[in-house]
Amino acid sequence: MHDLDSLHAAPSGPSTAPPFQDFAKGLWKENPVFAQMLGMCPTMAITNSVTNALAMGLATTFVLLGSGVFVSIFRKRIANEVRITTYILIIAAFVQIADMGLEALMPVSHKALGPFIALIVANCLLLARQESFSARNSVGRSALDALGMGIGFTFGLSVVGTVREILGQGTWLGLRVMPASFEPWVIMNLPPGGFFSFGFVLLGLAWWHDRRTRRAALNLRVARPSTEPLLERAV
Amino acid sequence: MTHTHDASGTPSLPEATPPVSSFTMLVTLGGAGAIVGLAIVLVYIWTLPSIERYKGGILRGAVAEVLREPARTDTLFLVNGTLVDHRPAGDADRPIERVFAGYDTAGTPVGYAVAATEVGFSDPIEMLFGYEPRTHALLGLKILVSKETPGIADKIEKPPFLEQFKRLVAPLTGTKTATPAHPGDVVMISGATISSRAVIRGITKAIDRWQPLLDAYAAQHARN
Repeated sequence: MHDLDSLHAAPSGPSTAPPFQDFAKGLWKENPVFAQMLGMCPTMAITNSVTNALAMGLATTFVLLGSGVFVSIFRKRIANEVRITTYILIIAAFVQIADMGLEALMPVSHKALGPFIALIVANCLLLARQESFSARNSVGRSALDALGMGIGFTFGLSVVGTVREILGQGTWLGLRVMPASFEPWVIMNLPPGGFFSFGFVLLGLAWWHDRRTRRAALNLRVARPSTEPLLERAV
Repeated sequence: MTHTHDASGTPSLPEATPPVSSFTMLVTLGGAGAIVGLAIVLVYIWTLPSIERYKGGILRGAVAEVLREPARTDTLFLVNGTLVDHRPAGDADRPIERVFAGYDTAGTPVGYAVAATEVGFSDPIEMLFGYEPRTHALLGLKILVSKETPGIADKIEKPPFLEQFKRLVAPLTGTKTATPAHPGDVVMISGATISSRAVIRGITKAIDRWQPLLDAYAAQHARN
Protein backbone atom coordinates (compact mmCIF):
# COMPACT_ATOMS: atom_id res chain seq x y z
CA MET A 1 0.00 0.00 0.00
CA HIS A 2 1.33 3.38 -0.88
CA ASP A 3 -1.57 5.78 -0.48
CA LEU A 4 -2.89 7.68 2.51
CA ASP A 5 -5.64 5.11 2.98
CA SER A 6 -3.00 2.73 4.24
CA LEU A 7 -2.75 4.86 7.38
CA HIS A 8 -6.29 3.85 8.29
CA ALA A 9 -6.34 0.33 6.95
CA ALA A 10 -5.49 -2.83 8.79
CA PRO A 11 -2.34 -4.57 7.51
CA SER A 12 -3.38 -7.20 5.02
CA GLY A 13 -2.44 -10.82 4.54
CA PRO A 14 -3.91 -13.98 5.98
CA SER A 15 -1.67 -16.47 7.75
CA THR A 16 0.17 -18.87 5.45
CA ALA A 17 1.62 -20.96 8.25
CA PRO A 18 0.36 -24.51 8.89
CA PRO A 19 -2.78 -24.38 11.06
CA PHE A 20 -1.01 -26.03 14.01
CA GLN A 21 1.55 -23.26 13.91
CA ASP A 22 -1.24 -20.72 14.42
CA PHE A 23 -2.08 -22.53 17.63
CA ALA A 24 1.43 -23.32 18.84
CA LYS A 25 3.01 -19.91 18.39
CA GLY A 26 1.06 -18.42 21.31
CA LEU A 27 2.17 -21.13 23.69
CA TRP A 28 5.84 -20.18 23.73
CA LYS A 29 7.42 -18.40 20.74
CA GLU A 30 4.91 -15.51 20.82
CA ASN A 31 3.70 -16.06 24.36
CA PRO A 32 1.56 -13.02 25.31
CA VAL A 33 3.18 -12.62 28.73
CA PHE A 34 6.82 -13.57 28.19
CA ALA A 35 7.38 -12.62 24.54
CA GLN A 36 4.78 -9.97 23.63
CA MET A 37 4.56 -8.43 27.13
CA LEU A 38 0.82 -7.91 26.76
CA GLY A 39 -1.74 -8.02 29.57
CA MET A 40 0.69 -6.82 32.22
CA CYS A 41 -2.06 -5.41 34.44
CA PRO A 42 -3.59 -8.81 35.33
CA THR A 43 -0.11 -10.34 35.36
CA MET A 44 0.83 -8.06 38.26
CA ALA A 45 -2.54 -7.75 39.93
CA ILE A 46 -4.17 -11.13 40.24
CA THR A 47 -1.27 -13.59 40.26
CA ASN A 48 -1.02 -13.75 44.06
CA SER A 49 -2.36 -17.29 43.79
CA VAL A 50 -2.35 -19.95 41.08
CA THR A 51 -6.12 -20.36 41.38
CA ASN A 52 -6.68 -16.69 40.57
CA ALA A 53 -4.17 -16.90 37.70
CA LEU A 54 -5.96 -19.92 36.22
CA ALA A 55 -9.40 -18.31 36.58
CA MET A 56 -8.23 -15.08 34.94
CA GLY A 57 -6.43 -17.03 32.20
CA LEU A 58 -9.50 -19.12 31.44
CA ALA A 59 -11.78 -16.07 31.41
CA THR A 60 -9.39 -14.29 29.02
CA THR A 61 -9.17 -17.41 26.83
CA PHE A 62 -12.96 -17.51 26.62
CA VAL A 63 -13.11 -13.85 25.60
CA LEU A 64 -10.26 -14.32 23.10
CA LEU A 65 -11.98 -17.33 21.56
CA GLY A 66 -15.47 -15.84 21.47
CA SER A 67 -14.47 -12.46 20.10
CA GLY A 68 -11.94 -13.99 17.69
CA VAL A 69 -14.51 -16.32 16.16
CA PHE A 70 -17.12 -13.54 16.05
CA VAL A 71 -14.78 -11.08 14.35
CA SER A 72 -13.61 -13.72 11.90
CA ILE A 73 -17.17 -14.67 10.92
CA PHE A 74 -18.09 -11.06 10.18
CA ARG A 75 -14.67 -9.85 9.01
CA LYS A 76 -15.86 -9.13 5.48
CA ARG A 77 -18.93 -7.27 6.76
CA ILE A 78 -17.16 -5.01 9.25
CA ALA A 79 -16.51 -1.61 7.69
CA ASN A 80 -12.84 -0.73 7.92
CA GLU A 81 -13.50 2.75 9.28
CA VAL A 82 -15.35 1.47 12.35
CA ARG A 83 -13.50 -1.79 12.85
CA ILE A 84 -11.74 -0.83 16.10
CA THR A 85 -15.01 0.36 17.64
CA THR A 86 -16.71 -2.84 16.52
CA TYR A 87 -13.91 -5.02 17.94
CA ILE A 88 -14.10 -3.23 21.29
CA LEU A 89 -17.88 -3.65 21.33
CA ILE A 90 -17.57 -7.37 20.65
CA ILE A 91 -14.78 -7.82 23.22
CA ALA A 92 -16.74 -5.89 25.86
CA ALA A 93 -19.78 -8.06 25.25
CA PHE A 94 -17.81 -11.28 25.69
CA VAL A 95 -16.19 -9.90 28.85
CA GLN A 96 -19.67 -9.21 30.23
CA ILE A 97 -20.71 -12.74 29.33
CA ALA A 98 -17.57 -14.15 30.98
CA ASP A 99 -18.25 -12.03 34.07
CA MET A 100 -21.79 -13.33 34.45
CA GLY A 101 -20.79 -16.91 33.60
CA LEU A 102 -17.96 -16.88 36.13
CA GLU A 103 -20.23 -15.42 38.83
CA ALA A 104 -22.77 -18.17 38.19
CA LEU A 105 -20.38 -21.10 37.79
CA MET A 106 -17.28 -20.15 39.87
CA PRO A 107 -18.52 -17.58 42.40
CA VAL A 108 -15.52 -17.95 44.71
CA SER A 109 -13.05 -17.20 41.91
CA HIS A 110 -15.31 -14.42 40.69
CA LYS A 111 -15.16 -12.81 44.11
CA ALA A 112 -11.38 -13.23 44.29
CA LEU A 113 -10.80 -11.64 40.88
CA GLY A 114 -13.11 -8.73 41.69
CA PRO A 115 -12.91 -5.80 39.29
CA PHE A 116 -10.17 -7.36 37.20
CA ILE A 117 -12.66 -9.41 35.19
CA ALA A 118 -14.24 -6.23 33.83
CA LEU A 119 -10.75 -4.93 33.09
CA ILE A 120 -10.21 -7.77 30.60
CA VAL A 121 -11.78 -5.30 28.15
CA ALA A 122 -8.68 -3.15 28.50
CA ASN A 123 -6.28 -6.06 27.94
CA CYS A 124 -4.47 -5.05 24.76
CA LEU A 125 -3.88 -8.71 23.91
CA LEU A 126 -7.52 -9.01 22.88
CA LEU A 127 -7.61 -6.05 20.53
CA ALA A 128 -4.21 -7.02 19.14
CA ARG A 129 -5.38 -10.52 18.17
CA GLN A 130 -8.59 -9.24 16.54
CA GLU A 131 -6.71 -6.60 14.58
CA SER A 132 -3.70 -8.63 13.56
CA PHE A 133 -5.20 -12.09 13.10
CA SER A 134 -8.95 -12.67 13.32
CA ALA A 135 -9.78 -9.79 10.97
CA ARG A 136 -7.97 -11.49 8.09
CA ASN A 137 -8.13 -15.20 8.77
CA SER A 138 -10.72 -17.97 8.63
CA VAL A 139 -12.83 -18.95 11.62
CA GLY A 140 -10.84 -22.14 12.19
CA ARG A 141 -7.48 -20.40 12.14
CA SER A 142 -8.81 -17.61 14.37
CA ALA A 143 -10.08 -20.15 16.89
CA LEU A 144 -6.69 -21.91 16.89
CA ASP A 145 -4.85 -18.61 17.31
CA ALA A 146 -7.16 -17.55 20.16
CA LEU A 147 -6.82 -20.89 21.93
CA GLY A 148 -3.03 -20.85 21.60
CA MET A 149 -2.75 -17.27 22.84
CA GLY A 150 -5.24 -17.92 25.64
CA ILE A 151 -3.45 -21.04 26.86
CA GLY A 152 -0.11 -19.23 26.56
CA PHE A 153 -1.51 -16.32 28.59
CA THR A 154 -2.88 -18.72 31.22
CA PHE A 155 0.51 -20.45 31.36
CA GLY A 156 2.32 -17.12 31.78
CA LEU A 157 0.01 -16.03 34.62
CA SER A 158 0.30 -19.43 36.27
CA VAL A 159 4.12 -19.34 36.25
CA VAL A 160 4.14 -15.94 37.98
CA GLY A 161 1.31 -17.11 40.27
CA THR A 162 3.31 -20.21 41.23
CA VAL A 163 6.31 -18.14 42.33
CA ARG A 164 4.13 -15.72 44.30
CA GLU A 165 1.90 -18.28 45.98
CA ILE A 166 4.77 -20.52 47.08
CA LEU A 167 6.81 -17.64 48.50
CA GLY A 168 3.87 -15.54 49.67
CA GLN A 169 1.73 -18.23 51.26
CA GLY A 170 3.82 -21.40 51.27
CA THR A 171 1.17 -23.18 49.20
CA TRP A 172 0.55 -24.17 45.58
CA LEU A 173 -3.06 -24.36 44.42
CA GLY A 174 -3.96 -24.17 48.10
CA LEU A 175 -1.84 -27.22 49.04
CA ARG A 176 0.98 -26.64 51.51
CA VAL A 177 4.34 -27.20 49.85
CA MET A 178 6.66 -25.37 52.22
CA PRO A 179 7.58 -26.59 55.72
CA ALA A 180 5.56 -25.27 58.66
CA SER A 181 8.60 -23.28 59.79
CA PHE A 182 8.53 -21.26 56.53
CA GLU A 183 7.66 -17.63 57.15
CA PRO A 184 5.60 -16.34 54.18
CA TRP A 185 6.97 -13.34 52.30
CA VAL A 186 4.07 -10.92 52.68
CA ILE A 187 5.40 -8.68 49.91
CA MET A 188 4.70 -11.47 47.40
CA ASN A 189 0.98 -11.04 48.10
CA LEU A 190 1.18 -7.33 47.35
CA PRO A 191 1.50 -5.64 43.93
CA PRO A 192 5.30 -5.16 44.30
CA GLY A 193 5.55 -8.94 44.61
CA GLY A 194 4.07 -9.17 41.12
CA PHE A 195 6.81 -6.95 39.73
CA PHE A 196 9.55 -8.85 41.58
CA SER A 197 8.26 -12.26 40.53
CA PHE A 198 7.70 -11.27 36.93
CA GLY A 199 11.15 -9.66 36.78
CA PHE A 200 12.84 -12.77 38.15
CA VAL A 201 10.93 -15.04 35.78
CA LEU A 202 11.98 -12.86 32.82
CA LEU A 203 15.56 -12.80 34.10
CA GLY A 204 15.57 -16.59 34.30
CA LEU A 205 14.14 -16.91 30.79
CA ALA A 206 16.69 -14.44 29.38
CA TRP A 207 19.53 -16.33 31.06
CA TRP A 208 18.23 -19.64 29.71
CA HIS A 209 17.79 -18.22 26.21
CA ASP A 210 21.23 -16.63 26.25
CA ARG A 211 22.87 -19.86 27.39
CA ARG A 212 21.07 -21.84 24.70
CA THR A 213 22.14 -19.37 22.01
CA ARG A 214 25.76 -19.47 23.15
CA ARG A 215 25.81 -23.26 23.21
CA ALA A 216 24.30 -23.46 19.73
CA ALA A 217 26.89 -21.01 18.44
CA LEU A 218 29.69 -22.94 20.14
CA ASN A 219 28.52 -26.21 18.61
CA LEU A 220 28.40 -24.58 15.20
CA ARG A 221 31.89 -23.18 15.66
CA VAL A 222 33.27 -26.63 16.52
CA ALA A 223 31.54 -28.16 13.52
CA ARG A 224 32.58 -25.38 11.07
CA PRO A 225 35.75 -23.64 12.29
CA SER A 226 36.15 -21.66 9.02
CA THR A 227 33.07 -19.55 9.81
CA GLU A 228 34.53 -18.14 13.01
CA PRO A 229 34.35 -14.40 12.18
CA LEU A 230 30.68 -14.68 11.22
CA LEU A 231 29.87 -16.61 14.36
CA GLU A 232 31.64 -14.17 16.58
CA ARG A 233 29.39 -11.47 15.24
CA ALA A 234 26.39 -13.67 15.92
CA VAL A 235 27.47 -14.33 19.49
CA MET B 1 -4.44 -1.85 -4.14
CA THR B 2 -4.28 -1.50 -7.94
CA HIS B 3 -1.95 0.80 -9.85
CA THR B 4 -2.74 2.31 -13.23
CA HIS B 5 -0.37 3.22 -16.03
CA ASP B 6 -0.79 6.07 -18.46
CA ALA B 7 -0.03 5.88 -22.21
CA SER B 8 3.70 6.45 -21.71
CA GLY B 9 3.86 3.52 -19.30
CA THR B 10 4.70 5.67 -16.25
CA PRO B 11 2.99 4.49 -13.09
CA SER B 12 0.37 6.93 -11.88
CA LEU B 13 -1.12 7.39 -8.41
CA PRO B 14 -3.08 4.41 -7.12
CA GLU B 15 -6.85 4.46 -7.35
CA ALA B 16 -8.51 5.89 -4.25
CA THR B 17 -10.60 3.50 -2.20
CA PRO B 18 -14.28 4.48 -2.46
CA PRO B 19 -15.46 5.99 0.85
CA VAL B 20 -17.67 3.84 3.02
CA SER B 21 -21.15 5.24 3.38
CA SER B 22 -22.48 6.39 6.74
CA PHE B 23 -25.25 3.85 6.40
CA THR B 24 -22.73 0.99 6.13
CA MET B 25 -20.95 2.16 9.26
CA LEU B 26 -24.23 2.46 11.14
CA VAL B 27 -25.28 -1.00 10.01
CA THR B 28 -21.93 -2.44 11.11
CA LEU B 29 -22.06 -0.94 14.58
CA GLY B 30 -25.81 -1.41 15.02
CA GLY B 31 -25.72 -4.99 13.81
CA ALA B 32 -22.78 -5.92 16.03
CA GLY B 33 -24.42 -4.18 18.99
CA ALA B 34 -27.72 -5.95 18.41
CA ILE B 35 -26.15 -9.41 18.17
CA VAL B 36 -23.89 -9.08 21.21
CA GLY B 37 -26.65 -7.31 23.14
CA LEU B 38 -28.97 -10.25 22.54
CA ALA B 39 -26.21 -12.63 23.66
CA ILE B 40 -25.71 -10.66 26.89
CA VAL B 41 -29.44 -10.66 27.68
CA LEU B 42 -29.69 -14.41 27.09
CA VAL B 43 -26.68 -15.15 29.29
CA TYR B 44 -28.06 -12.81 31.97
CA ILE B 45 -31.37 -14.67 31.99
CA TRP B 46 -29.54 -17.99 32.09
CA THR B 47 -27.14 -17.11 34.91
CA LEU B 48 -29.43 -14.98 37.13
CA PRO B 49 -31.04 -17.88 39.05
CA SER B 50 -27.64 -19.39 39.88
CA ILE B 51 -26.24 -16.02 40.99
CA GLU B 52 -29.30 -15.25 43.14
CA ARG B 53 -29.18 -18.74 44.64
CA TYR B 54 -25.50 -18.37 45.50
CA LYS B 55 -25.95 -14.91 47.05
CA GLY B 56 -28.98 -16.11 49.01
CA GLY B 57 -26.99 -19.07 50.31
CA ILE B 58 -24.11 -16.82 51.38
CA LEU B 59 -26.50 -14.47 53.20
CA ARG B 60 -28.40 -17.30 54.92
CA GLY B 61 -25.10 -18.84 56.06
CA ALA B 62 -23.87 -15.49 57.35
CA VAL B 63 -27.11 -14.82 59.26
CA ALA B 64 -26.94 -18.25 60.88
CA GLU B 65 -23.27 -17.73 61.76
CA VAL B 66 -23.59 -14.30 63.40
CA LEU B 67 -26.74 -15.31 65.30
CA ARG B 68 -25.10 -18.58 66.46
CA GLU B 69 -27.35 -21.00 64.60
CA PRO B 70 -30.83 -19.86 65.71
CA ALA B 71 -33.77 -22.25 65.44
CA ARG B 72 -35.63 -19.81 63.20
CA THR B 73 -35.00 -16.48 61.48
CA ASP B 74 -37.43 -13.83 60.26
CA THR B 75 -36.75 -11.00 57.87
CA LEU B 76 -37.75 -7.53 59.10
CA PHE B 77 -38.25 -4.76 56.56
CA LEU B 78 -37.69 -1.07 57.19
CA VAL B 79 -40.84 0.67 55.92
CA ASN B 80 -41.53 4.35 56.65
CA GLY B 81 -39.05 4.42 59.54
CA THR B 82 -40.53 1.34 61.23
CA LEU B 83 -39.50 -2.30 61.23
CA VAL B 84 -42.27 -4.60 60.00
CA ASP B 85 -42.18 -8.35 59.57
CA HIS B 86 -43.67 -8.46 56.10
CA ARG B 87 -42.87 -6.76 52.81
CA PRO B 88 -45.53 -4.20 51.75
CA ALA B 89 -47.98 -5.65 49.24
CA GLY B 90 -47.34 -4.71 45.62
CA ASP B 91 -43.76 -3.68 46.40
CA ALA B 92 -42.02 -6.91 45.55
CA ASP B 93 -39.31 -5.53 43.26
CA ARG B 94 -38.15 -2.47 45.21
CA PRO B 95 -35.05 -3.08 47.34
CA ILE B 96 -35.90 -2.53 51.01
CA GLU B 97 -33.43 -2.37 53.89
CA ARG B 98 -33.66 -5.45 56.07
CA VAL B 99 -32.47 -6.94 59.31
CA PHE B 100 -32.85 -10.56 60.32
CA ALA B 101 -34.33 -11.58 63.65
CA GLY B 102 -33.22 -14.87 65.17
CA TYR B 103 -35.26 -17.00 67.61
CA ASP B 104 -34.44 -20.01 69.76
CA THR B 105 -36.52 -23.17 69.89
CA ALA B 106 -38.92 -21.58 72.44
CA GLY B 107 -39.54 -18.65 70.09
CA THR B 108 -37.59 -16.19 72.21
CA PRO B 109 -35.60 -13.60 70.24
CA VAL B 110 -31.84 -14.22 70.45
CA GLY B 111 -30.72 -11.20 68.48
CA TYR B 112 -30.67 -9.49 65.12
CA ALA B 113 -28.33 -9.78 62.16
CA VAL B 114 -27.56 -6.27 60.91
CA ALA B 115 -25.67 -5.32 57.75
CA ALA B 116 -23.07 -2.54 57.76
CA THR B 117 -20.77 -0.97 55.18
CA GLU B 118 -17.74 1.20 55.83
CA VAL B 119 -14.86 2.37 53.65
CA GLY B 120 -11.67 0.48 54.46
CA PHE B 121 -8.13 0.86 53.16
CA SER B 122 -8.91 -0.31 49.62
CA ASP B 123 -12.65 -0.32 49.16
CA PRO B 124 -15.90 -0.42 51.13
CA ILE B 125 -16.04 -3.35 53.55
CA GLU B 126 -19.47 -5.00 53.72
CA MET B 127 -20.20 -6.91 56.89
CA LEU B 128 -23.00 -8.57 58.84
CA PHE B 129 -23.00 -8.68 62.63
CA GLY B 130 -25.22 -10.25 65.23
CA TYR B 131 -26.53 -7.88 67.89
CA GLU B 132 -28.68 -8.13 70.97
CA PRO B 133 -30.18 -4.63 71.43
CA ARG B 134 -31.34 -5.12 75.01
CA THR B 135 -27.86 -5.88 76.41
CA HIS B 136 -25.90 -4.18 73.59
CA ALA B 137 -23.94 -7.42 73.19
CA LEU B 138 -22.43 -8.46 69.89
CA LEU B 139 -23.05 -12.08 68.93
CA GLY B 140 -20.72 -12.46 65.97
CA LEU B 141 -19.29 -10.84 62.85
CA LYS B 142 -18.96 -11.97 59.25
CA ILE B 143 -17.16 -9.98 56.55
CA LEU B 144 -19.20 -10.35 53.37
CA VAL B 145 -17.18 -8.26 50.90
CA SER B 146 -13.65 -6.98 51.39
CA LYS B 147 -10.83 -6.04 49.06
CA GLU B 148 -8.38 -5.21 51.82
CA THR B 149 -4.68 -5.86 51.27
CA PRO B 150 -4.00 -9.60 50.94
CA GLY B 151 -1.68 -10.99 53.57
CA ILE B 152 -2.09 -8.02 55.93
CA ALA B 153 -5.51 -6.43 56.15
CA ASP B 154 -7.46 -9.44 54.94
CA LYS B 155 -6.95 -10.76 58.47
CA ILE B 156 -10.19 -8.92 59.32
CA GLU B 157 -11.92 -11.85 57.59
CA LYS B 158 -10.14 -14.49 59.65
CA PRO B 159 -11.06 -16.15 62.97
CA PRO B 160 -8.52 -14.56 65.34
CA PHE B 161 -9.99 -11.14 64.63
CA LEU B 162 -13.60 -12.24 64.19
CA GLU B 163 -13.76 -14.42 67.31
CA GLN B 164 -13.53 -11.42 69.65
CA PHE B 165 -16.82 -10.04 68.27
CA LYS B 166 -18.64 -12.92 69.96
CA ARG B 167 -18.04 -11.45 73.42
CA LEU B 168 -17.98 -7.68 72.91
CA VAL B 169 -20.42 -5.15 74.29
CA ALA B 170 -21.12 -1.85 72.53
CA PRO B 171 -19.84 0.85 72.41
CA LEU B 172 -16.73 -0.43 70.67
CA THR B 173 -13.28 1.10 70.77
CA GLY B 174 -10.08 -0.04 69.11
CA THR B 175 -7.07 -0.98 71.18
CA LYS B 176 -3.55 -2.06 70.30
CA THR B 177 -2.94 -3.97 73.53
CA ALA B 178 -3.26 -7.73 73.43
CA THR B 179 -5.26 -7.85 76.68
CA PRO B 180 -8.32 -5.58 76.40
CA ALA B 181 -9.40 -3.84 79.60
CA HIS B 182 -13.02 -3.08 78.71
CA PRO B 183 -15.82 -5.23 77.27
CA GLY B 184 -16.00 -2.94 74.22
CA ASP B 185 -12.27 -3.05 73.41
CA VAL B 186 -11.47 -4.52 69.99
CA VAL B 187 -7.89 -5.72 69.59
CA MET B 188 -6.87 -4.27 66.23
CA ILE B 189 -4.68 -6.04 63.70
CA SER B 190 -1.08 -4.91 63.80
CA GLY B 191 -0.26 -3.20 60.49
CA ALA B 192 -3.91 -3.02 59.51
CA THR B 193 -5.40 -0.51 61.92
CA ILE B 194 -7.19 1.36 59.11
CA SER B 195 -9.13 -1.78 58.19
CA SER B 196 -9.71 -2.66 61.86
CA ARG B 197 -11.01 0.84 62.59
CA ALA B 198 -13.25 0.67 59.51
CA VAL B 199 -14.91 -2.45 60.89
CA ILE B 200 -15.37 -0.83 64.32
CA ARG B 201 -16.71 2.36 62.73
CA GLY B 202 -19.11 0.43 60.48
CA ILE B 203 -20.57 -1.53 63.41
CA THR B 204 -20.81 1.58 65.61
CA LYS B 205 -22.65 3.57 62.93
CA ALA B 206 -25.02 0.66 62.28
CA ILE B 207 -25.79 0.27 65.97
CA ASP B 208 -26.42 4.02 66.32
CA ARG B 209 -28.86 3.83 63.45
CA TRP B 210 -30.64 0.55 64.20
CA GLN B 211 -30.76 0.60 68.01
CA PRO B 212 -33.89 2.82 68.28
CA LEU B 213 -35.59 0.91 65.47
CA LEU B 214 -34.87 -2.45 67.11
CA ASP B 215 -35.96 -1.14 70.52
CA ALA B 216 -39.24 0.08 69.03
CA TYR B 217 -39.81 -3.23 67.25
CA ALA B 218 -39.06 -5.20 70.46
CA ALA B 219 -41.46 -3.00 72.46
CA GLN B 220 -44.19 -3.45 69.87
CA HIS B 221 -43.52 -7.18 69.72
CA ALA B 222 -43.78 -7.40 73.54
CA ARG B 223 -47.12 -5.55 73.51
CA ASN B 224 -48.53 -7.95 70.94
